[in-house]
Amino acid sequence: MLDDFLVRALIAGFGIALAAAPLGCLMVWRRMAFFGDATAHAAILGVALALAFDVAILFGVLGTAVAMAMILGSMSERTNGSDTQLAVMSHSALALGLVAVSFLQEVRFDLDTYLFGDILAVDRADLLVVWIGAALVLALIAWRWNPLLTATLNPDLAIASGINARREQLFLTLSLSLVVAVAIKVIGALLIAALLIVPAAAARPLSRTPEGMLVVTTVIAAASVGGGLWASALFDTPSGPTIICVAALAFVITSTLRRLA
Amino acid sequence: MSLIKAENISVHLGHHQALDHVDFSIDRGEIVTVVGPNGSGKTTLLRALLGAVAVQGKITRADGLRIGYVPQALSIGANLPLTVLRFLSLPKRRPKAKALAALDKAGVTGLGNRQMSELSGGQFQRVLLARALLDSPDLLILDEPTTGLDQPGSADFYRQIEVVRRDTGCAVLMVSHELHVVMSASDRVICLNGHVCCHGTPEVVASAPEYRALFGKGTNGALALYRHDHDHHHHGEASDHDHPHEAAE
Repeated sequence: MLDDFLVRALIAGFGIALAAAPLGCLMVWRRMAFFGDATAHAAILGVALALAFDVAILFGVLGTAVAMAMILGSMSERTNGSDTQLAVMSHSALALGLVAVSFLQEVRFDLDTYLFGDILAVDRADLLVVWIGAALVLALIAWRWNPLLTATLNPDLAIASGINARREQLFLTLSLSLVVAVAIKVIGALLIAALLIVPAAAARPLSRTPEGMLVVTTVIAAASVGGGLWASALFDTPSGPTIICVAALAFVITSTLRRLA
Repeated sequence: MSLIKAENISVHLGHHQALDHVDFSIDRGEIVTVVGPNGSGKTTLLRALLGAVAVQGKITRADGLRIGYVPQALSIGANLPLTVLRFLSLPKRRPKAKALAALDKAGVTGLGNRQMSELSGGQFQRVLLARALLDSPDLLILDEPTTGLDQPGSADFYRQIEVVRRDTGCAVLMVSHELHVVMSASDRVICLNGHVCCHGTPEVVASAPEYRALFGKGTNGALALYRHDHDHHHHGEASDHDHPHEAAE
């Protein structure tokens, strides 16, 4: 069964959708969309560094994503997450990564794979990495779910309940970096943030509780992966962008339904 | 023995000294109100007692002290779907019966299935109060809990606080702008302006020259349109008063 590239693509996509759903919800609730963008963009720099120093790309990406998320985290503590600063960091990280990659002319390397992902080229080893990463992220978020939600509402409220809001932010940051690291080959640095945010945004109008929204987000993310792969085979379009298009379509439908209701 | 006691605490926020050698304590069952101009460190004092900011000095809490906290102007983003009952179960799961009882106690019976974002200002503050009451706190800390409520709404809210104190015996520490309420409902008032300007029973504070310097006289507290006198000194120290004060309310 795993010999079929479409089956492998589906399994990899579902793994990432599963891990992306709770993270995406939390990022939508915490207004961290740009934060996710910047962390994902930093991953390209991680790819370049990993190739230059001959480290596994997974660890290069993980390292830069964590570093970026830490810098952003300390910035948002002081400035309350200024839109402009996050945008500057996000675009600069991407530009720096692209410049760094250009120095690596002796390495055979397809930049497009890391920008847009290549879900159809996923092999068995990749599947293992994706699902181990997804399981880790899910375990971490499940463990910290209630404290994270409380800290999302108000840091002081969390502290009064004995929750260390900064530590919870760290858990979230680590989970995000992990998802970026395992997803970059599958969905690409430019589209990871979209897979995080769009399904969650599409789920919002259909939800009354955080957990309800999480379930709907998971369903929409998985359906986008399935529908996107099917559509990309049918219309011969690039898989990653097609998956995001399906998620965007879901967003349009649920927002319209909400307005009509 | 005090529930919580702060001795000689100072807090720096960046380059700004928000609290300057402040002493504070509250006993079981007391209602203490902190008044002061904007930027006088009222919220910082509460946050210091909660452990949310780094302080110099000593804060002693009674063993096993349970604090219920009602924050100032909590805004729940439109992107977070949250029913009142789910909110009450954060971070700890609560039995539904207990959550409903807390809503009763806070005067908002039957709102359990409403979305937090659909509540009126007064309902929202009472739901926050209900959540704070769930742990049967020894000390209830409220930071300007009636911001955004109209006069009858805030009067109702403070009456609810007195009922809660009467029924549960918890101590109440609050920050308020509404001086007329402060004067009637508090056992003790602390007038803060970076340092403690004066403190004591409402009557003592109302007649203290330091208080009058901050809030003016003869307004009966209802109109706190004041000019802040920057020249008053006490305890023989030159206080850091160079932050601007806008007249409040």
